[in-house]
Formats: sequence, C-alpha cells, structure tokens
Amino acid sequence: MRRPVRKPRRSAYSGSRINPKHFSAGQIKFYLLLLPLAAFMVIPVIMIVNRAFMSLGELHAFPPRILASRFTLDNFRALFQMSSTTGVPMSRYLFNSVVVTALTVLMNLLISVSSAYVLSKKRFRLREKLFSINQLALMFVPTAVAVPRYIIIVNSGMLNTIWAHVLPLVAMPVVLFLIKQFTDQIPDALIEAAVIDGAGDLAIIRRIIIPLTRPALATAAVLSFQQVWGTVEASNNFITDDSLRTLAFYLNAISTNNAVSAAGMTAAASLILFLPNLLIFIIMQSKVMNTMSHSGIK
Amino acid sequence: MTEKRTPPRYRVSARARRDRLMSGLLLLPYALPFTMFILVPVVVAALLSFTFFDVINRPVFTGFLNYITVFTQDTVFMKNVLPNTFLYALVVGPGGYALSFLVAWMLTQLQRLPRTILALCIYTPSMLGSVFIGVVWRAIFSGDQSGFVNYLLLELGLTDQPIQFLLTRDYFMLIMIIVSLWSAMGIGFLAMISGILNVNEELYEAAYVDGLRNRFQEIIYITIPSMKPQMLFGAVMAIVNAFNMGWIGVTLAGANPTPEYAGQLITNHIDDYGFIRYEMGYAAALSVILLLVVYLFNRLAYRFFGEKEEAAA
Repeated sequence: MRRPVRKPRRSAYSGSRINPKHFSAGQIKFYLLLLPLAAFMVIPVIMIVNRAFMSLGELHAFPPRILASRFTLDNFRALFQMSSTTGVPMSRYLFNSVVVTALTVLMNLLISVSSAYVLSKKRFRLREKLFSINQLALMFVPTAVAVPRYIIIVNSGMLNTIWAHVLPLVAMPVVLFLIKQFTDQIPDALIEAAVIDGAGDLAIIRRIIIPLTRPALATAAVLSFQQVWGTVEASNNFITDDSLRTLAFYLNAISTNNAVSAAGMTAAASLILFLPNLLIFIIMQSKVMNTMSHSGIK
Repeated sequence: MTEKRTPPRYRVSARARRDRLMSGLLLLPYALPFTMFILVPVVVAALLSFTFFDVINRPVFTGFLNYITVFTQDTVFMKNVLPNTFLYALVVGPGGYALSFLVAWMLTQLQRLPRTILALCIYTPSMLGSVFIGVVWRAIFSGDQSGFVNYLLLELGLTDQPIQFLLTRDYFMLIMIIVSLWSAMGIGFLAMISGILNVNEELYEAAYVDGLRNRFQEIIYITIPSMKPQMLFGAVMAIVNAFNMGWIGVTLAGANPTPEYAGQLITNHIDDYGFIRYEMGYAAALSVILLLVVYLFNRLAYRFFGEKEEAAA
C-alpha cells in the first residue's frame, strides 16, 4: 500500500525579514530601541554644532541651552583672529593640514594600489607571507611605538619637516588590506588579456586595477583621510616648530588649554575639524557600503 | 622547518626576470615606509625594553630589569593601569563589538531609507576625532551647574551639589567607557551591516525547512556563520580600537595622568614615561607588553571567526 503523498508541512519561514520592502508591525520593537540609540548618538553632535554658533551670553546661560536661538559667526571670527602665542596665524595651520592630508592620502592610495596589485595578481614565493605580515600589522597600535618612531625620525633628519607628518602614516595596513581583498575579485583573465595586448604593469594598474577597485579606493580614502586629518601625533612628537604644525594640533591645544573661557571657539574649532570628515563620508557613502561587503578577512 | 619549493632549473627568461624586478619595484613604495615606521619601531621597542635610555645618553643594557620593575615596583601600573586597561578593553572591545553586531542586525530588519538614516546617525560619532569628542563630553559632564548632566540631576533633585565628574575618580572610568562606546560604531559596524545584508536568502529558507524555529537561532546558525569574514574584520577593528583609544581619558581630564589614575590606561602610561619623564627604556617595555596583549586578543578573535588555516597559523 502506498502512502499518500504528504504535502510538505508549512515551515515557520515567512519570507526573509532582512532588508524588507515594506513596513510591518514586527519592526516597531526595533524602532523603539534604535530611535533612542540614534538620538543618543547624534544629540551631542547637534549640541556642539549649535554651540559653535551661539553668542557668548547664550553659551554661559543658565539653564544650559542645547539649541542656539540666534546664529552668530562671532566664534569663528574670534578663532581666525586669534593667533597662537608664537604668532602663527590659523590660516597657516589650515594650509599645513591641507597639504599634509592631501599628500598622505594620495601617496597612501597609490602605493597601496600598486602593492595590492602585486600581492593579488603576481605569483611569487613570498606572496602569502608578505600579506600575512600586513594582516598582522592590522592590529598595530601606533602609541606603543611612539618612542622608537621618535628615534627614527630624529636620526633620519626628518624632525621638523613635512615628511615627519606624512611618512609614518603613509603605509596603512588596513588600506592595503581593503584594496587587496577587492583586487582579488578582478578576474585574472582580464589581466592576462591586457598582457597579451602588450600592456605593462603600470598600464594594467592604471587602466584595470584602479577603475575596477574604485569603491575600495573610496573607502580607503575615507579611512585614510579621517586618520590623517585628525591626528596630532606628528605635531606633538616630531615637530617643534610651531609654523609646521597642523590645524588639528592647534585646535586641540586651544580646546584643552582654555576649556572654559573659549567654549564657543572650541566648539567652532571642532566643527571645522569635523565637517570635512562628514562631507567626504556622505559623498562616498554608497561606495563605502559596497566595499564593506567584500572586506572581510577570509 | 619551512619546506622550500625550488622550481626546476629552467633558464629564467629575460621577460620573467623583468617581471620579477617590476613586482619588487611596485611593492617597494609601500614596503619601505611600512618597514621604517611599523616593523623597525616594533623591533627597536623590543630591544630598547632591555635597556635604560633617557634620550640624551646612550642606552645602557639592563636585562630584564624594566620588566621586573613593571611587575614588582610600579604600583601605579599594577594597582591602576593594568586593571583599568583590562576592564576598559573588555567592555569597549567585546562589549562594543557585540553592541555593533546587535545594532547592525536590527538595522537590517528595516527598509532601506530608515536604515540608511539611522546608520548614518549611529556612525557619525566615530568620525568626530579627538578634539570634537573632548569638547562635547566635557560640556556634558562639566563639573559646575552649567554642565548638562549636573543641570538635569539638580533639576530632578537627585543631587544637591554639582558632581565633579571629570575631576574625581568616582565616575571617571564609567564616563570613559560610555564615551568610547559612543564613538566605537565605526567601519567595523558598517562592515557588519553589509555582511548581514549579503547573506544568501535561500540559506534561511532552507534552514527553516530543516527545523529552524526563531530569529535567535537564525542569527546563531545562519547569519553569523555566513558572514565570518566581516565578523573577523569587525573584531580586529574593535580590539585595535579598544587599545588605541587611550587618549580619551586624557582628553576628558585635560591632563595626563588622569585624576587619581582613575582612567589611566597602558597607552597613557607609555606616554607618561616616554614623553613626560623621558624614561624611554621603561616606556618601551610597557609598549612590548601592550603589543603582546593586543596580539593575544587578536589570536582569540581568529580562533572564533577565522577560517581553519588561519586559526592554526
């Protein structure tokens, strides 16, 4: 006797709930958790942004205010007019920061993309070893070697030069790592075809690797920019000449030295430091998300 | 012993030789600064840690003295720095990591538009930088009545005197941890969102047919195993972050050391000895200890999320 064909039992599965297209009641509990969290994350930011535009009276008002009632640019004006004790104008610090950041990010991307290409597409004996050394360096903590770095900077004559800002940051393990993971996904056939057409390594990097790893390069640029733009390590440790220090250092110094008297100025200063980060991230947002899905450590 | 794979002795063609030379040249621009500012400093730190070095005179070899001093003489290190570092690193590292995953997972349960907006809100603090973070949180926890928290506490009648949050030890560590978690939802967090979004949907379907019952099981048996690479990346970033955030206490307090060493982490201790007291040999020993601790934490992360050959390495 044959058993009747049993209909498959309906499973509990009711369609994926990941990345849904429509609102459903089941989401309410997530909103209840996520909205307060998001508020906790952004309210301090909103607060400082507003304080940057508050008048002096309002800054010290009691009860403390979160939102500015009248926007004024006084804080920014004061910040630009005040020059440090050594008489270095703020524009000089800004100039230094822009030069250092642009140079570092650019070099960082270029050298990483060329190394990523070699590590990903060339076959040679040390390949795996080299990449795993870089992977090990992901966990590198710069503060831990501030001392030896200082010694190296002094002995190589880089003290008080722009290279003291740039070179220690130019090799970023995480950037090479991201770009290499992404380069791995470019089919070898594409490279082979280019070789047959007579393209050299530089041409391959320029015409194939760079265009196809754009999302990774964008993410790397964001990461690298954030690190370089905000860092004070070089200005603190490797530079003694005030006119060679960066904006981040200057604004940091203002905000720690006169925390109370210059509340408005420090808020304005931190806004100036933050805005470029936000802008770059917003511009690159979709590319960043695209990279992250390929960026795991396999 | 590593096994050497000697290729059969063909005549290496000029082309192959040129290719190898070119590969070397392309690697060099990265390899040089990497060696100079990451590899060599680590080696130098290891060497200096066995010396007494005050920057002015030549280093004097002292054997294991620095390490012995760290663990037997340095009461600040044993009583404050070490417990602080472990507490801080455990909460901010694994704690922040678990939090990023949970938040990332909840975000993926929403539609695209609200998800993007909320994710941006949550990601924002991680790109603020130290100046901004110091300014914000010093204003919030300011010790007089104009500090936001003190104002709220006074209004609600929970205290009758403003609390010196950042000048005394009572709340210092707690505030440091809150601030660090606040700014820890960075690139690892974004990686997790994309990782969860990319899990193949059929896997869930198949698993439910096989008897998966609820979303908790879904996360444990499907989501996490299929996004191990992103989980590992997030873990590495979280650990590094936890040990790199030492400046936070100094920024909040406005000075190194932090009040009564309440927020003194090993990185601050290194700075203190290296750049304030100029006892570079001792600072180097502390650095070596720090690098070893970070390395151990990372091995643990690889154990959990790495692929097999990685875990064995």
